[in-house]
Amino acid sequence: MTPNDNRSSIEKEYASLREEAKLRLKRLRETGQPNIYIGMATCGRAAGAIETKEAFEESLFKRDIQARIIPVGCMGHCYAEPLVLIEQSGFPTICYHQVTPGKARILVQNFLEGGDPCLEYVLGAMQPNDMLPCVTDFPRFGMEKRVVMEHCGLIDPDDICQYIARGGYAALVKALKMQPEEIIAQIKTSGLRGRGGAGFPTWKKWTIAREANSDRKIVICNADEGDPGAYMDRTILESNPHQVLEGLAICALAVGAEQGIFYIRAEYPLAVEKINNAIKAAREKHLLGPNILGSGFSLEISLFQGSGAFVCGEETALIKSIQGERGMPQVRPPFPALKGVWEFPTVINNVKTLASIPPIIRKGANWYAKIGTEKSSGTAIFSVVGDVVHPGLVEIPMGTTLRELIYDVCGGIPGRKKFKAVQIGGPSGGCLSEQFLDWPIDFDSLSEAGAMMGSGGMVVMNDESCMVEVARYFLDFTQKESCGKCTFCRIGTKHLLDILEAITKGEGTERDLELLQILSEDVKAGSLCGLGKTAPNPVLTTLRFFREEYEAHVFEKRCPAVMCRSLIAYYIDLDKCARGCDACMGSCPVDAIFTTKDRKKSIDQSKCVKCGECVSACPPEYDAVRKVSPPDRIPPEIVPQMEG
Amino acid sequence: MDKNANIVNLIVDGKEIKASEGANLLRVCLDNEIYVPNLCYLKEMEHPPASCRLCFVAIEGYPQPVTSCTEVVREGMVVMTDTPEVRRLQKSAFELLLSVRRISFCKTCIANKRCGLQKIARFLGVKLRVAHLNRIDVDREVDHTHPYLDYDPDKCVLCERCIFVCGNINKTPMLSLAHRGLNTSVTFFESAAILENSCKGCGACVEICPVGALTLKSHNKVTG
Ligand SMILES: Cc1cc2nc3c(=O)[nH]c(=O)nc-3n(C[C@H](O)[C@H](O)[C@H](O)COP(=O)(O)O)c2cc1C
Ligand code: SF4
Ligand code: SF4
Ligand code: FES
Repeated sequence: MTPNDNRSSIEKEYASLREEAKLRLKRLRETGQPNIYIGMATCGRAAGAIETKEAFEESLFKRDIQARIIPVGCMGHCYAEPLVLIEQSGFPTICYHQVTPGKARILVQNFLEGGDPCLEYVLGAMQPNDMLPCVTDFPRFGMEKRVVMEHCGLIDPDDICQYIARGGYAALVKALKMQPEEIIAQIKTSGLRGRGGAGFPTWKKWTIAREANSDRKIVICNADEGDPGAYMDRTILESNPHQVLEGLAICALAVGAEQGIFYIRAEYPLAVEKINNAIKAAREKHLLGPNILGSGFSLEISLFQGSGAFVCGEETALIKSIQGERGMPQVRPPFPALKGVWEFPTVINNVKTLASIPPIIRKGANWYAKIGTEKSSGTAIFSVVGDVVHPGLVEIPMGTTLRELIYDVCGGIPGRKKFKAVQIGGPSGGCLSEQFLDWPIDFDSLSEAGAMMGSGGMVVMNDESCMVEVARYFLDFTQKESCGKCTFCRIGTKHLLDILEAITKGEGTERDLELLQILSEDVKAGSLCGLGKTAPNPVLTTLRFFREEYEAHVFEKRCPAVMCRSLIAYYIDLDKCARGCDACMGSCPVDAIFTTKDRKKSIDQSKCVKCGECVSACPPEYDAVRKVSPPDRIPPEIVPQMEG
Repeated sequence: MDKNANIVNLIVDGKEIKASEGANLLRVCLDNEIYVPNLCYLKEMEHPPASCRLCFVAIEGYPQPVTSCTEVVREGMVVMTDTPEVRRLQKSAFELLLSVRRISFCKTCIANKRCGLQKIARFLGVKLRVAHLNRIDVDREVDHTHPYLDYDPDKCVLCERCIFVCGNINKTPMLSLAHRGLNTSVTFFESAAILENSCKGCGACVEICPVGALTLKSHNKVTG
């Protein structure tokens, strides 16, 4: 066969797949039945999507309405889960938020049966129309730029046809007709940098592996995602596994590998299931396996379940883990791209890096390069959690400022509280203060500020968060997750943790502050792998940007955020406490609350364990429980007498 | 020096040195009587673990000190083994190692007087009792489960030398690392019954341990 024959046969095979997929979807729509899409990724399930689905099924059955329920992944709008889209003829596709089983039943009755779209539950229409406001009118939708997550939450991850019908695998087909060097050149032009944390140029890694002289090469998708609170990779795998699979296949094609591995942590059973299903479906369509679409290129992909240690996400530790050894980082060089798994050249890329590949190949490197900034092209995906109105997964162009992300896309800080800090990059990242709000989000700006893109965890904090406690939380994590190999990380992080713990208890000294700084610098400079090298970042950034908070703990024994238990006290404001009410009394686990002479309540400080239960128990109309730091700030008149 | 390899010239602490191209920098320093503190390196290692973090040196053109056991010599390399930055990192790593041990160990330890830590303490001028760091008590029990060996996790500096020499003798080492963070330790991952046959009791690991964390049971019985 000449290359031209070969090319046209690849085209032909794909064209028939595409036709088949489109036809299948068309048939689904033509029946005139409404389609109900329910977000069923892990986050949706946690919010009750399974119960919502059951309610829809039950209600449809009871009312004898024909409708199709299509489980889809997650759109990233965690604040609105369970999220449901309804396609009904005569209406635009409508997106409903927080669809409880009760709302599901009402939607069936009033909308599917009665034709009333229940405006009170609507988040927005998915397309511009003259009936309802469109979701893109909201900044949350409008300011986002969906490249990696373009189809997430809109298609059934288990149905390969839905991906193909939307142009899925066209990039692979295009790549099959290109020279490997051409593919790499495209990736170079696109400016794509690795989304696994460090932002290493993807084309460089691929070139090293491409040029390595070896008859066997391996490509790996790194889906270890161990940062506490980060779940972007999981969501992408659960919502659109084929896009990642396609990216991995193009990577294999470019570097000349015939073996691919998904490294997924075992705590992600749903992602494991979706990837397994995707591999199977792609094989059946000849998009994987021997002689893909008749091109002569073969690729086998398997799945490896990691044991869940954070450090196994580090590439050299990941390699050890795949080889069945203890997941411990190794000295580089040799770099994995030259000597990786079983000494074969191995390319390891993050889920988001790989998922960016198909759009780049399909829509063109220049299209991608224009998104974002010059040195950080493309989009950034963050899981934004903490004190924002609309938490969830966001995909924004690089270069968006933190202020735009927090205030516009995520709706700002709830409850008229003040912004205090944003923690970016998880345990290896840093805490940035208000002065950074107008900084652009890109690899280099974040590093310059002392944080890190990391894998994309972002925690927004209001003024009720204690920065010393935040640093302590992350050091506790890294100390436990240190592989124990090298001295600085194994022992140094423990000293850092101990000092931070002492400070949060009000036992810190001036010398401790100095030691924190010195030891942090040493651990950073002296550790072997990225875990140890970045572990002090939460300490260093909080020391730098929130020093006064450390000093308050040390010199005044005061926690400015009134958060550190040892440094606070609760008391009951007698002016506000309602005579005769005893809502708080039953809530106290240690019976520290007693009734005063005038039948109000007070707290026995010697018994109080500072759990804060009474704060929640006190009815909002009285709002009488106060929290102070240091504990001796309790006003003297609040040392009341016991009853009788 | 390897006779077949190209010879390169480098300067360490102002001294001109000739070495085989590609040789390990730490080894070249040691061979030329320039001492660089080290605990985990053995010259037979192809991939040194670089875990003790003591062998830092400054190399011209590098932004910060690097571990010499992971560098190879190059023509024209200029190396300094005693800059303030190098000493700061070495002392810091060393004091961290000391901060998890008890000084009272020394008197009864079989490694007393030939211990790697005592040697480095003398060289760096560091007291064995670290004043500015709190002592961290890990307090683990001596592992007596092995038929021929005893292992004291609180003495161990996790240099992995024992695992390396065992692997040289037995193909797959009968020792490995276990646990994470501060609790990381060496373990004999088989049961005593299996070890009775698989371990020859050659004592190579005991011999190589720089700090007396591994001891032969027979020895312990005689003296203890
Ligand atoms: C402690 C540690 C944990 C890491 N965890 C992950 C992870 O969970 N996922 C990931 O893609 N990269 C992780 N990395 C980064 C990887 O080592 C590697 O750089 C990355 O997978 C390369 O992919 P990229 O080029 O696409 O960014 C981690 C690094 C360190 C030091
Ligand atoms: S820095 Fe920490 S995780 Fe990395 S090798 Fe050293 S001990 Fe292990
Ligand atoms: S037992 Fe000795 S040789 Fe083995 S790791 Fe510990 S200190 Fe090193
Ligand atoms: S001798 Fe180089 S790190 Fe231990």
